[in-house]
Amino acid sequence: MPVPEPLRPSEIHVEHGRPVERFAARTAGMTASEIRALFAVASRPEVVSLAGGMPNLAALPLDTLAHEVAELVSRDGQVALQYGSAQGVPALREQICEVMALEGIHADPNDVVVTVGSQMALDLITRIFCDPGDVVLAEGPSYVGALGSFAAYQARVVHVAMDAHGLVPELLREALRTLAAQGVVPKYLYTIPNFHNPAGVTLAVERRREVLDICAEYGVPVLEDNPYGLLGFTGRIYPALRSMDPNVLYLGSFSKTFASGLRVGWALVPPAVRDRLVLAAESATLCPPTFNQLLVSRYLTAHDWRGQIKTFTEVYRERRDAMLAALETYLPEGSTWNIPDGGFYVWLTVPEGVDTKAMLPRAVTARVAYASGTGFYADGFGSRQLRLSYCYPTPERITEGVRRLAAVLEAELDVMRTFGSAARPRPSLRGPQAPSPDTN
Amino acid sequence: MTESNAVVNPPANPPANHPADPTFPSPTTAPRTDRTVAVLAGGLSHEREVSLRSGMRLAAALRGVGMSVREWDADAALIERLRTDRPDAVVVALHGGEGENGSVQAVLELLGVPFVGTSAAACRRAWDKPTAKAEFARAGLDTPDWVALPHATFRELGARGVLDAMVERLGLPLMLKPDQGGSALGAQVVAESADLPAAMVSCFAYADTVLAERFVEGTEVAVSVVEDGAEARALPPVEVEAKGGVYDYTARYTPGATTFHCPARLDDAVLATLQETALAAHRLLGLRDVSRMDAVVDAAGRVQILEVNVSPGLTDTSLLPTAAATEGTDLGALFARLVDRAVARG
Repeated sequence: MPVPEPLRPSEIHVEHGRPVERFAARTAGMTASEIRALFAVASRPEVVSLAGGMPNLAALPLDTLAHEVAELVSRDGQVALQYGSAQGVPALREQICEVMALEGIHADPNDVVVTVGSQMALDLITRIFCDPGDVVLAEGPSYVGALGSFAAYQARVVHVAMDAHGLVPELLREALRTLAAQGVVPKYLYTIPNFHNPAGVTLAVERRREVLDICAEYGVPVLEDNPYGLLGFTGRIYPALRSMDPNVLYLGSFSKTFASGLRVGWALVPPAVRDRLVLAAESATLCPPTFNQLLVSRYLTAHDWRGQIKTFTEVYRERRDAMLAALETYLPEGSTWNIPDGGFYVWLTVPEGVDTKAMLPRAVTARVAYASGTGFYADGFGSRQLRLSYCYPTPERITEGVRRLAAVLEAELDVMRTFGSAARPRPSLRGPQAPSPDTN
Repeated sequence: MTESNAVVNPPANPPANHPADPTFPSPTTAPRTDRTVAVLAGGLSHEREVSLRSGMRLAAALRGVGMSVREWDADAALIERLRTDRPDAVVVALHGGEGENGSVQAVLELLGVPFVGTSAAACRRAWDKPTAKAEFARAGLDTPDWVALPHATFRELGARGVLDAMVERLGLPLMLKPDQGGSALGAQVVAESADLPAAMVSCFAYADTVLAERFVEGTEVAVSVVEDGAEARALPPVEVEAKGGVYDYTARYTPGATTFHCPARLDDAVLATLQETALAAHRLLGLRDVSRMDAVVDAAGRVQILEVNVSPGLTDTSLLPTAAATEGTDLGALFARLVDRAVARG
């Protein structure tokens, strides 16, 4: 085999250097990061991953779905495999309104925009609303995927703290007052009222009206993200903020109530926003996947989807119970956590001084993974917190994972005791914790 | 195509056999390209992602020269795969942990499967940074002064006293790193005494023993060694210029975050010393087929070895592929020659 011709210096420089030199400045934060690298190990079966928010699909009737897929192709293939409306399949939009009615929302299908997961709706709404430097209000902590979108459009996030009953109205008012004094009106309040990701808490019903009123007083729209609302463990369904105020921008999703891999979500927005959102969606994807929309539509028509959601909640409740029992049994003194009554997550505060991001390599070595707290804040807060997901592993694996995590915490505390109180928080891991299947 | 910012520096007057000289005698033997090769990548170390990237790049390069390539993880299915779908040779593209400490190599030796790379016994020597540094020092190769201590020592003797002694002996800033592992994971430069305790806590999250090194200001350079001909040879030294100033994980694996100068912007004599040092380190530790030495050239022009790697990164932003590309060596052809060597060794 002939020896290849040496490249001329100029060729190497041009081919290797030019593309990266042309990246937009706003993507400067999209870099490789140690924390994402560590998550690569979490995908191995030896590791109990309590990090990812992957829905548990084991309870889905796959044989029935296989039949539906075959029928969809053979009967409606010409439509299912073709481009569709940028706003989404009309029949599905009507069915989405039926789903939302469960949470008290009365909606017109014309105001529904189907998107590639609600993440895309969130991204597009941020694109429509936010110029670089604009302020967005979000709970602290907040969904890492939302923070990723806000960062991508160079919006500045101001967090509002929560307590056991969700967003604290007084703190919301205080944040708005402070911003108003600076002449700043936030573009919107991004909120996850039900079974919050990552905090696991639910906004108390008596606070909902108050939150809407405060935002209205300051002229700030509310962007309600509600992927978990139907996944409550007590049977109680909380009224959506959108059910109380038609001006609320609402995001919904089939990722947790049916199948996350289909990437079908939606936005319900007032007509003026809708028109701009459809144009933005068109420029992003032309249209949402017709095949997936029709499959969801068939599923909603032909199956007991309400019964399926009940099955899901039973699966998740059993796992939540396993996690809470294990936390109670194994975790060292000084650890506190909430008791979620729905959704996927427990938000854990570890003993003082422990930096959960800096501790992650130790956890990965011990074959357990979690999502460290700082990833859920835009301002570096959360070093003492971490998110545990109970949605995916079996109850036995959850117990084992928490047992390992407890040993990791003990070992970390042991090292901290050695180096004493002089140990100022100084995380060793650098780089952003961008949204990914591990942290969504 | 690599996405790194590789800048090739043609020396004004390349000496005979200078690596930047296109006439540098890279091996011309045509390797056999009809073999089946298994590239091992992934594993359970902290460097799994880097390894997967290395494996993907290497597999593509080997396929590019016509090899039949399997890409396997180092998991519970590996031994069965090696028995039922036995390749002509294995290339270990695992980084960190079992891929570099000799464990996987020992299993391959047990099974009698030829593999590219260093023997299990020599891997163990190179993997443990304090052990390798002691070997360098004994052989008269410069390496920054260091101390390696387990957590238990700090706990039992009192952290403050030990830390103070470290600072008195090695000075500030100090380079802290886990005693094992790569990709700069857990490594940090500590400029102030007050920051040491927290930095130690972070570092101990990666390993039970921390290596504290005197920090050497200078030019960061990597020199790869390959045995793709009659004897080991050093590829052109690659200088690392991290745009953020620190060649950390982000700088290593984000295309464009680091500019690589190849050969390094150093005197010819220093370049020659770098290559001689890399070859000496390779031979001293009994390394085989391929290795990479990371070093700093200090203000006085002295080459100080930081560490050697038995499984150099092969990602789009890695140093060995950059050096090979600079001298016009195709990565696939290079590893095909190493596979020939492994097969011949048996």
